[in-house]
Amino acid sequence: MSILSLFVLIPVLMLGGLFLSRNISQVRTVATIGSALQLILAIVLSVLFCMERNAGNTAEMLFMADHLWFAPLNIHYAVGVDGVSVLMILLSAIIVFAGVFASWKMDPLPKEFFIWLILLSTGVFGFFISIDLFTMFLFYEVALIPMYLLIGIWGSGHKFYSAMKLTLMLMGGSALLMLGILGIYFNSSADGELTMNILKIAENNAIPIEMQYLLFPLTFVGFGVLGAMFPFHTWSPDGHASAPTAVSMLHAGVLMKLGGYGCFRVAMYLMPQATVELSWIFLILTGISVVYGAFSACVQTDLKYINAYSSVSHCGLVLFALLMWNTTAMTGAVMQMLSHGLMTALFFALIGMIYGRTHTRDIREMGGLMKIMPFLAACYVIAGLASLGLPGLSGFVAEMTIFVGAFQWTDVFDRVFTIIACTSIVITAVYILRVVGKILYGPVQDKHHETLTDAVWYERLSTITLIVAIAGIGLLPFWVSDLIRDSMSVISDRILQFLPL
Amino acid sequence: MEIPFIYYLVISAVMFFAGVYGFIARKNMLAILISLELMLNAVDINFVVFNRYLYPHALEGFFFTLFAIGVAAAETAIAIAIIINIYRNIKNIQADKLNEMKN
Amino acid sequence: MEYSIIILALPFFMFILLALAGMKMSHKTAGLLGTAGLLIVTILSYMVTYQYFTMPRVEGYRLALQPWNFEWLQFTDKLRIDLGIMLDPISVMMLVVISTVSLMVHIYSLGYMHGEKGFQRYYAFLSLFTFSMLGLVVATNIFQMYIFWELVGVSSYLLIGFYYTKPAAVSASKKAFIVTRFADLGFLLGILLLSYYTETFSFKDLISGGQCMSLISSGATFMGASVTTWALALIFMGGAGKSAMFPLHIWLPDAMEGPTPVSSLIHAATMVVAGVFLVARLFPIYMFDMAVMELITWVGAITALYAAIVACVQSDIKRVLAFSTISQIAFMMVALGVCTSTDPHNGGLGYMASMFHLFTHAMFKALLFLGAGAVIHAVHSNEMSQMGGLRKYLPITHITFLIACLAIAGIPPFSGFFSKDEILTAAFAKSTFWGVWMTGVAALTAFYMFRLYYGIFWGKEAKHEHAPKESPAVMTIPLIILAAITCVAGFIPFGEFVSSNSTAYHIHLDPTVATTSVVVAVIAIALATWLFAKPGTKPERMQSALPSLHKWAYNRFYIDNIYQFVTHKIIFGCISKPIAWFDRHIIDGTMNLLATVTNAVSYSIRGLQSGNLQTYVWVFIMGAMAIATLILILI
Repeated sequence: MSILSLFVLIPVLMLGGLFLSRNISQVRTVATIGSALQLILAIVLSVLFCMERNAGNTAEMLFMADHLWFAPLNIHYAVGVDGVSVLMILLSAIIVFAGVFASWKMDPLPKEFFIWLILLSTGVFGFFISIDLFTMFLFYEVALIPMYLLIGIWGSGHKFYSAMKLTLMLMGGSALLMLGILGIYFNSSADGELTMNILKIAENNAIPIEMQYLLFPLTFVGFGVLGAMFPFHTWSPDGHASAPTAVSMLHAGVLMKLGGYGCFRVAMYLMPQATVELSWIFLILTGISVVYGAFSACVQTDLKYINAYSSVSHCGLVLFALLMWNTTAMTGAVMQMLSHGLMTALFFALIGMIYGRTHTRDIREMGGLMKIMPFLAACYVIAGLASLGLPGLSGFVAEMTIFVGAFQWTDVFDRVFTIIACTSIVITAVYILRVVGKILYGPVQDKHHETLTDAVWYERLSTITLIVAIAGIGLLPFWVSDLIRDSMSVISDRILQFLPL
Repeated sequence: MEIPFIYYLVISAVMFFAGVYGFIARKNMLAILISLELMLNAVDINFVVFNRYLYPHALEGFFFTLFAIGVAAAETAIAIAIIINIYRNIKNIQADKLNEMKN
Repeated sequence: MEYSIIILALPFFMFILLALAGMKMSHKTAGLLGTAGLLIVTILSYMVTYQYFTMPRVEGYRLALQPWNFEWLQFTDKLRIDLGIMLDPISVMMLVVISTVSLMVHIYSLGYMHGEKGFQRYYAFLSLFTFSMLGLVVATNIFQMYIFWELVGVSSYLLIGFYYTKPAAVSASKKAFIVTRFADLGFLLGILLLSYYTETFSFKDLISGGQCMSLISSGATFMGASVTTWALALIFMGGAGKSAMFPLHIWLPDAMEGPTPVSSLIHAATMVVAGVFLVARLFPIYMFDMAVMELITWVGAITALYAAIVACVQSDIKRVLAFSTISQIAFMMVALGVCTSTDPHNGGLGYMASMFHLFTHAMFKALLFLGAGAVIHAVHSNEMSQMGGLRKYLPITHITFLIACLAIAGIPPFSGFFSKDEILTAAFAKSTFWGVWMTGVAALTAFYMFRLYYGIFWGKEAKHEHAPKESPAVMTIPLIILAAITCVAGFIPFGEFVSSNSTAYHIHLDPTVATTSVVVAVIAIALATWLFAKPGTKPERMQSALPSLHKWAYNRFYIDNIYQFVTHKIIFGCISKPIAWFDRHIIDGTMNLLATVTNAVSYSIRGLQSGNLQTYVWVFIMGAMAIATLILILI
């Protein structure tokens, strides 16, 4: 059995363990051991992957395994990873690990909560290891559906509305996606041997150009909805605001990455001609969403809304960079995915912890938290600095790679949108510093807050894990970026060969 | 003298529509069940007749009829069991009154 | 000189140590640890400097060394960020400036910040700043410089907001960061543009010329200006933001909300000259584009005049010093801007003058700030009205402050005279217009500095609850050291070490320029003495003679209000709010409308699903019969 299947197997075993748990401490034990195991496995996988690569294995995907699953439609359980998937798996493992500790005191129904959470993570891991379109789509849905229950039951505020909105909009996206995938399937081969395997479809390269014009928007928008592409992003503020901490973390940190990942792995990789022809449309949309999200975040008053809009901006940058389809920009896009995943998870974890103490997320009602809870406040500042692109933390390397990559195109259209995207670094600074200034600095607004306590051990563990990862990427970006570049150059080369001269 | 083909069909059509009428118009569940049986039997007659006149050497129609009778018997038994249970629970077998599980 | 890496590594290590373990330490341990670390850095910097400048010249030039350079992040095949250390005359000179001033501030803060809450945090941030600033000056490539550029920005943000419970400090730190961030956007775009055409970030390649020629010969233009002009102007924008050039200067006066030693280190001596350093670093490239040099000269000259006028009427002593800093940095910018070639003997004098002034200014301005800190420490106020007649109580502070004032006013034999004189000579060499302009600003400088001096140490004594006391030795010793440097720094043969093409240049005073500037300065000082030395109503009378000018200058010509208007009314009011509204009501409204419509339609056809089997059968039969009829009719 391939090592990759373990990533699906462990959550399934965890589900079993959770099912049998009798009390909260057993639930915690199972969740902790399982997520730790997964984190270790993810690290082992990345080490093995690097060793394989260093040993000279240049195959596009490594650790491949293939089992026929449903013969009439030629559906396989086919798995394999390249550098990007390895990093995405590592990211997911880190966030799941941090998320377990962030929801240590989950109440009510902790067992059920963890069951759904782990089910969600099963979907996420399955998605990143799949190279069969159908299996991929299956895991994608597995990751989406638990969200409805997680927000609907354990959420806060307008939770039913938000859960419904989020689920329906994402389902709308996956309906488009389903159409797209079927379209790809039926055009996957010129000689009638239809296949769902991404590598084989790419190898056949048989999708006629007219079909690509139809299928590219379908798949790109389908994944783009999950990637919070303007104007399909409105589920994100409401959804994140209502979701419980760990769910926000996982959703913004990992699920939104599924969107970006799908965009290049399916839409762009399989339909390169259409990418070249149509990317300008989406470039406009994503370019807008970069500044639009940032400007919106400037005037929000709810911490989670601010962060959700900032996610719109940052994820917009991910898609923007993907659509620039040169190796540098695409590498930057994946780094931005990692960076955004980590820092937004950190943000949501901290917001959850602060909210758990102050019982408000309105920035006008808070102030001077630096004095009351220095640890959480310091972490919040670090998250903020990562978000506004401080060198030494992950945001900087990602953004710079994107900008340098995007700047390689000389025509006026690309230049203008690159400059527009660049301005987001200023606007980001505005809203981050606004929040930091309002809630952490200044005098204490509410004297009831004076008695609040700082983080406890499981909260510290959760935040420190994320900060270490953020600083790790920020200080030593080269191994991450080399890993990504190797994989992304395959995709970008494929697209670039269709570039009209 | 051979009985003309059409006679059978008329009989079965009358039976069938009597069944349909009963099914729609009656509120008593037993009556609905009886109407259902009427329709089934009308169909059975059709099977046999068409088999006899169109393919005299084949037996599929007869077998279908036998199957249908068998299934109908089983189904009636279940239906009556359900009806009796409903009656035991809510003392009523009027179809339009059975809305306990709605809402 | 591989050991130079320790100069960078040690402050970084100190930062990590103090940030993580600082809270567990006592104040004293943390402070002494930080200071000890910096002492080692200073000693190493001096060793590097000695070794570097004693190396023989090669064909009359000083070579740039790169003892360290490793690849950090690969962007494209050609573009990559390296992190490394480059030693050349100006970076070595900056090492001396930064480590010296930083060490003085570290020692001084032991007394000044004594007993403050967050003392360890303060030292951690100081270490972070020192690390970033050192990294900035030794950068081997422009992107490394940008990285450290951002890091100094953040350390400045953290240190300005050190008293985070004070709303003024919080908003000042925010303002400082955002204004410089905005300028950095220009810097970033400039880097992108420059690197795209030259295909390198490395200073060595950029300066060596081959790459630059390709940039120029590519001939691409945008909006009528060549790519070179755009790139260099945008990079200058970054420098102007950090160096508080008009109109991006607004953050610096507010930054005085930070602790005074911080103002001394960051906002007077080191970080704010980063912009000058940047232009000096790219000087050979700037030489290719005279249009940008013209821009630099104009921006510098306007800033110098503007800041000097404003400094004449401020009442907060730190603000006076802040505007004085802006004005003096503008002097350095002008000195760079008036250069016409890279030959120091022929039109390139300004480069040397600028760096020389940077060096001397760092020392005496740090001294002024530290002196002001001692005064504030004694009277617990920043307002000049709370001071006066302090020379009796603070003798050491008084003498050192006077030395610094004389230096900045350009009185020989103090260091400021020599460097300012070189700047004026360079300005006159370019054109008489610039020479006269800058001499006028120099006169204003002497005037406002002595206004400040008399306001603090002479004049009417303000009432104090306790008689002001001289500061402890940890605070006065740095003052004395800096004063000593200020006295002798002018005699350093600076041209031997630093010049525009790193050949030796022998400084010689131009007698006309020197005499003019000294005479003008003395007249200005005499005027200030006449007005402010004795308590009296002369200043008030002068104020009432020019009421509107005074009001405008006091309110800094309302530049801050314009910014306030633009950011709050236009950016927030006219962009952000409408966008947020648009998002909630139009975009989200569309989604909600879809949902509402679906819902309404469902409700309206819900009656069909009655759950009544008999109705279904009825509909079914009717439907079947209708279809049967239809088929019969059609056939």
